[in-house]
Amino acid sequence: MSTLLRLATAGSVDDGKSTLVGRLLYDSKSVLADQLDAVERVSRDRGLVATDLALLTDGLRAEREQGITIDVAYRYFATANRSFILADCPGHVQYTRNTVTGASTADVVVLLIDARKGLLEQTRRHLAVASLLRVPHVIVAVNKIDLVGFDGDVYAAHAAAVTAAATDLGLADVRTIPVSALDGDNVVDRSTRTPWYDGPSLLELLEEIPAALDVADEAFRLPVQLVLRPQGAARDVRHRDYRGYAGQIASGVVRVGDAVVALPSGRTSTVVGIDTADGELAEAFAPQSVALRLADDLDIARGDLLAAVVDAPVPTRDLEATIAWLSDRVLLPGTRVLVKHTTRTVQAVVRDIVGRLDLDTAEITPADQLGLNDIGQVRLRLASPVAAEEYVISRRTGAFLLIDAHDGGTLAAGMVGEPLAEARCPQRRPAQYAI
Amino acid sequence: MSLAVPVPVRRLTQLQALESEAIHIFREVGAEFERPVLLFSGGKDSVVMLHLAVKAFWPGPVPFPVLHVDTGHNFPEVLAYRDAEVARLGLRLEVARVQDYLDDGRLRARADGTRNPLQTLPLLDAIAEHSFDAVFGGGRRDEEKARAKERIYSLRDEFGQWDPRNQRPELWNLYNGRHDVGEHVRVFPLSNWTELDIWRYIAAEQIALPGLYYAHDREVFQRDGMWLGVGPHSLPRKGEPVVTRRVRYRTVGDMSCTGAVESDAAGVDDVVVEVAASRITERGATRADDRMSEAAMEDRKKEGYF
Repeated sequence: MSTLLRLATAGSVDDGKSTLVGRLLYDSKSVLADQLDAVERVSRDRGLVATDLALLTDGLRAEREQGITIDVAYRYFATANRSFILADCPGHVQYTRNTVTGASTADVVVLLIDARKGLLEQTRRHLAVASLLRVPHVIVAVNKIDLVGFDGDVYAAHAAAVTAAATDLGLADVRTIPVSALDGDNVVDRSTRTPWYDGPSLLELLEEIPAALDVADEAFRLPVQLVLRPQGAARDVRHRDYRGYAGQIASGVVRVGDAVVALPSGRTSTVVGIDTADGELAEAFAPQSVALRLADDLDIARGDLLAAVVDAPVPTRDLEATIAWLSDRVLLPGTRVLVKHTTRTVQAVVRDIVGRLDLDTAEITPADQLGLNDIGQVRLRLASPVAAEEYVISRRTGAFLLIDAHDGGTLAAGMVGEPLAEARCPQRRPAQYAI
Repeated sequence: MSLAVPVPVRRLTQLQALESEAIHIFREVGAEFERPVLLFSGGKDSVVMLHLAVKAFWPGPVPFPVLHVDTGHNFPEVLAYRDAEVARLGLRLEVARVQDYLDDGRLRARADGTRNPLQTLPLLDAIAEHSFDAVFGGGRRDEEKARAKERIYSLRDEFGQWDPRNQRPELWNLYNGRHDVGEHVRVFPLSNWTELDIWRYIAAEQIALPGLYYAHDREVFQRDGMWLGVGPHSLPRKGEPVVTRRVRYRTVGDMSCTGAVESDAAGVDDVVVEVAASRITERGATRADDRMSEAAMEDRKKEGYF
């Protein structure tokens, strides 16, 4: 059975990221003949000697005209056992906005560095973003290894520097691979030109990385999307009195007979049925979309969270959070926003800006405002409570958006808790598993 | 010897994960928008969309109508399929007809006879007339380079325009559907599906499709390297001899610009095998409308196309 892995790519300008993505698609035979024809035609028109695989991924007119990548693009490729969704995040313009977006859903971040340059400031920032967004796995591809004469010592030095920086930032699983995206070394097939490297190729590694954390280790959470109550509209008369709480399980496992609490009300009940259109289930787990029936007729609506009764989150109107500010406008204390947390949207005010995260040092420096692409620590006061948890505990119930109530734009990506807390206070580091 | 009880593997397959994601999107829209509508043509992607919508709201009915922009050049068997599905599920069907616009002069026929690009205006008018605020489309990011940059929730201004350079960042599974009066959001629950995923899902769920997706004998003629079926709206010109071939359609659009491929894939499992082995994208193989220029899809999308 094929599984799904979501990955995001990141890199600085000219690290060869588009070429690597093109190579991955091309060598895994995910590029079809007519797509390749088009790229070859454009390469010829531009007077290039070899086919520019970067053209496979730059889709918009403005991108082709300017020779740059503007926005996150999604690519799809598959091997026998796994399908991949690749969020290709451009490195230069608005790199934080794009990388945060790509990393938010990623199981793996593939980060490129140039073997001639090694660890740059921007590499450190990308690692920090991966840590901040709690991406479970990071692969650092040391690219252009051909341009340093396939020198194993150069690679070893870069790998050591990257691993040290990643460990400092609290990243638990970081792998390095020497590659040449242009020539294909260690991208899909293992290279014979790097005899000092005996690890897997990039694609082999992507095939064997676990797709997700084990749901059995997580607490059950289901944000209620809507209450299914068909009444007279039920297509089957037996469902006239049906009442199911529909949603996608955010974390953990739920079984018939489990006690659950509805938040923020705090009322408890027992699961008597787990339904899908295909039939009833004895248990369900993240990220399945289901509908739960409960023993008691509770007042539950969209925006409520159903949670295991043990260690359920405590609803709160005060959030201490890390935000990646994605808007051109400046954020000042006192700004009114909407917070969209799971399926609940509430009004809020930014009470304090605690500081700005220096991605190079992982330190918080005092700040009284945040600008585009800044990552900062803020305190929010909400108009009504949300059942939020620390982002280090859950990438679902710990995440939120800040939305402009006036024009509806998305202002910021929010994560409950202090930025990189586990890096700055290692004792707070959550349990991670090794692969 | 281990005495440990075997732990059940709780991991979704790729198709299960895609299905769950799509159901989540349908439910979000059902809960947050006032007047959603689902674009339904009887084509395979829209058929899968409707199947997912039924699952998302079961045991209730699908809580929104379906809309078809009829070019007037559709395959008759696809229209028959559309009407049968609508009746089976008890849905309300709205039809916006390109022919009406041609008849009263609001649109002019193109020299090449293709009507696909003419669908934009009737679509936008129907959205405005019914005040639809969310429009479900079956677009997939693997189809085309411009689509690869599309969000799952894609905001359209009052003119229905897509601004690819100014899209909202889309984080986690938190979708921001806020819009002003007159604006609407295009929603693409199949964004992360590929053509092969669609076919594997159709096979796994045993979803019925219009027969022309499967191999059949048809009178065809060759134009621009594609096999076009002979019909009232696609007649061979001089020097385009009509032959009978065993063909099937990979996409179903306007008869005048949708090509058939030679195929012996008579059943869904045969099609899965054929698509998995194909070295040409479905649009490259069968759609004249996408061959117009490198940015044909992007340009149409900016104007408000699907």
